[in-house]
Amino acid sequence: MAEVEKPELVTAVDEAALEATFQARVDAETRVEPRDWMPEKYRKFMVRQISQHAHSEYVGMLPEGNWITRAPTLRRKAALLAKIQDEAGHAAYLYSAAETLGTSRDQMLEDLHSGKAKYSSIFNYPTLTWADIGTIGWLVDGAAIVNQVALCRTSYGPYARAMVRICKEESFHQRQGFEIITTLAHGAPEQKAMAQDALNRWWWPALMMFGPHDADSPNSEIAFKWKVKRQSNDDLRQRFVDMTIPQADYLGLTVPDPDLKWNGETGHYDFGPIDWDEFWRVVKGDGLCNRDRLDARRSAHEDGAWVREAALAHAEKKRAAKSAA
Amino acid sequence: MTTRKEWPLWEVFIRSRDGLHHKHAGSLHAPDAELAIQNARDLYTRRSEGVSIWVVPSARITASEPADKDSLFDPAASKVYRHPTFYTIPEEVTNI
Repeated sequence: MAEVEKPELVTAVDEAALEATFQARVDAETRVEPRDWMPEKYRKFMVRQISQHAHSEYVGMLPEGNWITRAPTLRRKAALLAKIQDEAGHAAYLYSAAETLGTSRDQMLEDLHSGKAKYSSIFNYPTLTWADIGTIGWLVDGAAIVNQVALCRTSYGPYARAMVRICKEESFHQRQGFEIITTLAHGAPEQKAMAQDALNRWWWPALMMFGPHDADSPNSEIAFKWKVKRQSNDDLRQRFVDMTIPQADYLGLTVPDPDLKWNGETGHYDFGPIDWDEFWRVVKGDGLCNRDRLDARRSAHEDGAWVREAALAHAEKKRAAKSAA
Repeated sequence: MTTRKEWPLWEVFIRSRDGLHHKHAGSLHAPDAELAIQNARDLYTRRSEGVSIWVVPSARITASEPADKDSLFDPAASKVYRHPTFYTIPEEVTNI
């Protein structure tokens, strides 16, 4: 979007007044738009969150790309290709939304490639079998939908609009995954075992996608104040568990949690403790695939550089020829 | 930090079906207008969302200032007589 502008220099008094006006607008549920005045901290917070989200969509293509050439049928292959193309599109919507805040696409990619910017840890796990593709659609996209539906009403206009579009497209992702897993779970014993194995490996990382417990989530308070976020990590995680367990029951699969049980009093499923050491290990770069993922992204960017340069040179040449004519 | 030049930014407008306005869909990077249309096709019409695309270099858009919101738009707020409900019509008169 064109509406990028450097924040003006203001005095401390002005700043406090502007901030009060900003907060009043947010409280009144008025969306913040690119050229509106916003606190520098809000701008930084949004750039960080939206670009991380974009990077997640972007890196998220890699685990699934691993299976395009080995999809079991043409129907599955066409669906997987369409899904991965969607992920690229989602990254593009989100990068554009972040650019309205005054950061550049190149800067964001630079931060991803240098390791400065993070992306969702879930994509640092490997896709070992075809059942992983089904499980990613079912659980990872399922968890992403829960998170993203909550973000459709986030305070920053371009981010909220990107989320609405993404949510519309994401539901096919989850359904194609569930169809794959249903086929496997109702197939031969070996196929069912494959589906169970994938569930065993992806269940806990999927729960970690909602982020640390509320008490350990330092950014939550300000995110609520600015209405970037409207539901807590733990609430969203609980919603996901409550939605997913009946689906696992239908499939005849068991989530790898001995503590999981229905709690009639709360009306929710209770579940066991999450291994946060593993979570932080992967966040800090020591997951199974962190290095592979970043290497793949870097080389795609570097190997494609000549194409981007040639396209610009060609556009320039055409412009010059046109103005000479 | 890379010193390479970024592809320019374009705003994309899509007509979802004939008879409707083009509507802002989002933005994208492309080296020229032709590729901007191609990229817009791939990015914003993967599910038959459009029958026509406009692309405009983002740098060519002039936008009103948020600070001018009051002076630009407040004057309309007091002109209720521009709306049909402002006028009193006798109840027995119909079709008006």
